[in-house]
Amino acid sequence: MMQMPQPDASVLARRQDIIAALQDELPGAVIHDPAETRAYECDALSAYRCPPLAVVLPHTTDEVSRLLRLCHELRVPVVPRGAGTSLAGGSMPSRDAVVIGLSRMTEVLEISPEDRLIRVQAGRTNLSVSGAVDSLGFFYAPDPSSQLACAIGGNIAMNSGGAHCLKYGVTTNNLLGVTMVLMDGSVVELGGPMGEGPGLDLLGVVCGSEGQLGIVTEATLRILPKPAGARPVLIGFDSSETAGACVAAIIRAGIIPVAIEFMDSPCIRATEAFAGAGYPDCEALLIVEVEGTPPEIDEQLALIRNIAMRFEPVEFRESRSEDEARRIWLGRKSAFGAMGQMGDYICLDGTIPVTALPSVLAGIGDLSRQYGLAVANVFHAGDGNMHPLIIYDANQPGDLDRAEALGADILRLCVEVGGCLTGEHGVGIEKRDLMSVQFDPADLEAQMRVKDTFDPHWLLNAAKVFPLEVSAPRRERRLNRTADAA
Amino acid sequence: MRPESEAELAHLIRSARASLSITGGRTRHWPGEGQGDPLDMTALTGVTLYEPEALTLVVRAGTPLETVRRTLAAEGQMLGFEPAGNGSSTIGGVAATNASGPRRVQAGAARDALIGVRFVDGQGNIIRNGGRVMKNVTGYDLVKLMTGSRGRLGALSELSFRTAPLPPVTRTLALPELDAAAAIPALSSALGGPFDVSGAAWLPGHGAMIRLEGLGASVASRAADLTARLASFGAVRDGDNEAWRLCCPSEPGAHGDTWRITCRPSEAPALLAHLPEPLFLDWGGALIHVLLPPGQVPHLPRFSGHARRITGGAPGLVPDLDPLTARLERDLRHRFDPRGIFHGQN
Repeated sequence: MMQMPQPDASVLARRQDIIAALQDELPGAVIHDPAETRAYECDALSAYRCPPLAVVLPHTTDEVSRLLRLCHELRVPVVPRGAGTSLAGGSMPSRDAVVIGLSRMTEVLEISPEDRLIRVQAGRTNLSVSGAVDSLGFFYAPDPSSQLACAIGGNIAMNSGGAHCLKYGVTTNNLLGVTMVLMDGSVVELGGPMGEGPGLDLLGVVCGSEGQLGIVTEATLRILPKPAGARPVLIGFDSSETAGACVAAIIRAGIIPVAIEFMDSPCIRATEAFAGAGYPDCEALLIVEVEGTPPEIDEQLALIRNIAMRFEPVEFRESRSEDEARRIWLGRKSAFGAMGQMGDYICLDGTIPVTALPSVLAGIGDLSRQYGLAVANVFHAGDGNMHPLIIYDANQPGDLDRAEALGADILRLCVEVGGCLTGEHGVGIEKRDLMSVQFDPADLEAQMRVKDTFDPHWLLNAAKVFPLEVSAPRRERRLNRTADAA
Repeated sequence: MRPESEAELAHLIRSARASLSITGGRTRHWPGEGQGDPLDMTALTGVTLYEPEALTLVVRAGTPLETVRRTLAAEGQMLGFEPAGNGSSTIGGVAATNASGPRRVQAGAARDALIGVRFVDGQGNIIRNGGRVMKNVTGYDLVKLMTGSRGRLGALSELSFRTAPLPPVTRTLALPELDAAAAIPALSSALGGPFDVSGAAWLPGHGAMIRLEGLGASVASRAADLTARLASFGAVRDGDNEAWRLCCPSEPGAHGDTWRITCRPSEAPALLAHLPEPLFLDWGGALIHVLLPPGQVPHLPRFSGHARRITGGAPGLVPDLDPLTARLERDLRHRFDPRGIFHGQN
């Protein structure tokens, strides 16, 4: 079980005064009734819950600035929240924290097709950014699977990816600028045309900083012209190793599809039972999608077919119509829902060098047997971003602990082969205490220096990302100061 | 000082008593830089890992850019961005200055292709960030912070890049009749359609240029569609594939100062009205290079980017940062380099 630090007693003791001050600052925007704050007690890492001291839902950058200035003066911790879809506990509150939610900040501020950009308030959902430019022939490329619900502010905090980032990159590659409020209430503009300001690339380090450096209130995003068309193929194999080798061969041949998705047999069987997409019953399958005009798509698929045939696939299924294309994606898109039917699950997202794929899949199989818990694999194979799903029973005492221990061992394996703990979900609280597996103390110290610069009192989302014992001296310095002041 | 290993580099920095100037192959040297004792990085060379099927290259910072290019080309690959270095550039110099060429409109800059760094901070600590996988959100992204930081936070010792396949076919379309301002709407139109444009520039004597790359049939079909779309802007001809290398900052000349301006493409025509004919435009008009008489500062209408003089005598003119950003930068520099060892950088 993940631990959270003891809440700041001096803050809890001032609860009523703090709520009154927040209400004075922003009447009508403060939620503090325990029956209502419960809606904010967790994000998508729902095994961990804690109602916050209060929730405030501002409308503008100026309101966020006034709130943060107040919380800074009162030395009250703050947890930023986009849409609460974090799989890592990135917006999990603590009892002594005020949640500042972006759900009322959803405006489109500017669209410039000539400059290929859109500027939005950071509470706007990912999919509705694409929706706002769809009629102009553009889209916003990063497409996390929560894109219907997740907010751009959360995407920036976690540097979210998606299925199509092999070609289009992740959030950081599509972010041109932000308006951000620092913990002391000051407002800074970062980025510029092409994402580049005159000095250090502060925008680059803000993206992916998990809401620890400031609250992003507005974002300028690159938009791309929609491709003429896209078409997937499904390739089935009799072993995961062969599927992995086929991925490597496609990339080695100089073809970069927009997506290469991989599913192993436990995942194929579960989704087949759930969604009935008509997938072949095989050990592993790939969904490879390419884009362009029909002749461009034909040219790429012919090459991919030639390569795949060398690996003697049990099936090579092309889509001849919209409906066939939809059916190829159906199982993949239902995978998480199908897992939900099998039981509770933990979804990891460690990344590995694609060359290590066969050995890591074998290693995960061994660990799964050792722990007696089923693991299904569905992931973005082109970039090595795995998504092992560990199935467990939350009602079974000790099962969550066992599933977490298995998850930690899988992530250690990812780091051992040269990969990392998380490819797109973020560290949050979930992988916080594993950070020392990947980083030396000097590496973590360098990252914490950046937080020292932006948030010297460590008030903003502080008990995340860094192992608790590593960040303790910095977090406790504030508590000691508060105690002295009292 | 010319360290031959990362450990030696760390030792030299730890024991330095005066400020240092990190040098490689003089990629994008700016006026006023290089006042400290030279710390020559060119002995820290070699490819430490190259996995073409994983699109991953790890290389020491002093390795010549040309060596990197040849290593990758032998496997039919290139860096995942278009480096805009010179003949003597090191890969570390390209990373430290984020020196990125025309393909930025399609594939991003050096910052986007860099997936890992090792560097030595001002106290001599060896720090790793990122790694060798292209999708990685584990901890803060110091890779971006270090890219383009011009050695102000530390000395880069090793870099990991995403690589990309070399395109089998390259084709350039040109609209030779267009002047720089008239080129902007044509470039925007090309970049705004489904043509997967990998370069959108303007050069004197060449006019507007648009580059298409990829498989043969694909390039042919996109070129035909794009030619039709651009017909309303002027005559479209086949352009010179070799001209793209001219979209690069020029060497300091005696006849003037080179200024580098970044802006939104839609702002570029208004800026160009206040400037002589540019040396080149790139990134669809978001980048302007122009030569001005020595000492002259351009008077430009308000725009959303910034202008910087990149050749000519010291001191350099640094674009104004707002006070808050300036404070954040100062504070970060102090935390990474409390003794000011890298103040010789500028």
